[in-house]
Amino acid sequence: MSRRVVITGLGVISPNGNGLAEFGQALRKGKSGIRHVEEMAEHGFGCTVAGVPQGVDALAEAAFDDEVLLAMNAIHRYASLATLEAWLDAGLEKPDAADDTVHWETGAIMGTGIGGMDTIAERVVPLVNAKKVRRLGSTAVEQVMASGVSARLSGLFALGNQVTTNSSACATGVEAIVDGAARIRAGKAERMICGGAEVPSIYNWAGFDSMRVMCRKFNEEPERASRPMSATAGGFVPGAGAGAVLVESLESAQDRGARIYAEVLGTGVNCGGHRMGGSMTAPNPEAVRRCIGLAIEEAGVDPAEVQAISGHLTATGADPREVGSWAKALGREPGALPVITSTKSMIGHTLGAAGAIESVAAVLMLDGGFVHPSLNCEDVHPEIEPHAASIASEMREIPDLKVIMKAGFGFGDVNASLLLRKWEG
Amino acid sequence: METTEIQERVVKILTPYVKDQEALASVSPTTNLLEDLKVNSARLVDVVLAFEDEFDIEIADEDVDTVNTIGDCVTLIGQKL
Repeated sequence: MSRRVVITGLGVISPNGNGLAEFGQALRKGKSGIRHVEEMAEHGFGCTVAGVPQGVDALAEAAFDDEVLLAMNAIHRYASLATLEAWLDAGLEKPDAADDTVHWETGAIMGTGIGGMDTIAERVVPLVNAKKVRRLGSTAVEQVMASGVSARLSGLFALGNQVTTNSSACATGVEAIVDGAARIRAGKAERMICGGAEVPSIYNWAGFDSMRVMCRKFNEEPERASRPMSATAGGFVPGAGAGAVLVESLESAQDRGARIYAEVLGTGVNCGGHRMGGSMTAPNPEAVRRCIGLAIEEAGVDPAEVQAISGHLTATGADPREVGSWAKALGREPGALPVITSTKSMIGHTLGAAGAIESVAAVLMLDGGFVHPSLNCEDVHPEIEPHAASIASEMREIPDLKVIMKAGFGFGDVNASLLLRKWEG
Repeated sequence: METTEIQERVVKILTPYVKDQEALASVSPTTNLLEDLKVNSARLVDVVLAFEDEFDIEIADEDVDTVNTIGDCVTLIGQKL
């Protein structure tokens, strides 16, 4: 059984805008969500800027009842808000908590890279070390268990299909969509909420800072700090947020007359085996190329049909290799690479949420016929210079944009890719 | 502290945990937390922690098992004050 899979709903919590309207505007305008974070400075971080979504608690308090709010830590709030928006955007009704109807054909794959680290660091460890275990209360487990982020959604949306949390570092968000689409394609579900969430926490980011992979050179100019594809890129800027994509079987979407944004035409996931230059922290370029190729192959399109690339592009030394892998996988010579952009240039690297938020951006670009600007690459990296003409250094209107690719590559040498085609009936 | 004041403060603490908010309008000492107010049983430990903070008392784990009704809460807190 192999069925067509489409996208009918989107939701987002992002450093440069919460909700589709605000986020969509921010993308078009190239609005940065990177800010100075005093807590990072106070704790001796080399990097003191980050992409932190604003006003999330107020949104959660307006959306969810008190009993649920008491049990929700930040990652639950992020994932639940993004999912609620995607759910409503898809034309579905929010289930009443008192209604015992279960949506057996609807599930969730909501991933996270690190999970409830803030709760572990700020509540569990201090209370246990102070021998106050009983003060933890009933919510610590559900807030720190990796699957808590998806389990929360099952209660809010009465989900009765598979509900799980995937984790593949910075490939998490894209992988969730790939896996959800596969479940629908195989006839095991009609709708899957797919995405990823990550919270702003110094405890999430400290290890990366110690590895010296976060940007330290632009602390005084936060909006210039995230510099994918730039010669002066000095590492990624950490970020947080959540993205949710409601994927659905074409039959289900058409039966209920849903608005369809795009078709998930091709997907790929693989791993580089920590070989051929790959390692726990670096991607095997051959695996990256193959992963992109898997999505093209499954889609059954000519690589020449790909019109735009939303790259992983973190502003680290991996950017030149990634651009090279795209060119190789798509068989494009310098000057012929599709237009390429990095959402991270505006929001930083939201880790386990990155692929999800950036997939939401990719669908919005397809829907709106544009490619958002990739900020801060006025000085293109010398190894990327041959492809400079393909970089969306400014907003590009592409009214006939039909096919976009999105990929995510993560620590562990893991990769995930999507090929999306605008739905035109 | 008067029993009525303890009960008022107990109800205020319980309120966000109550799934049947309509039942709150007619609480009495015999109102059952789980059956009448539909409080999730797992959250009782959080309610007890909130009692400890509100009244500056300590409630032993074995005492938690005796709490079934609003009246049980008020009696237990009254004993600890």
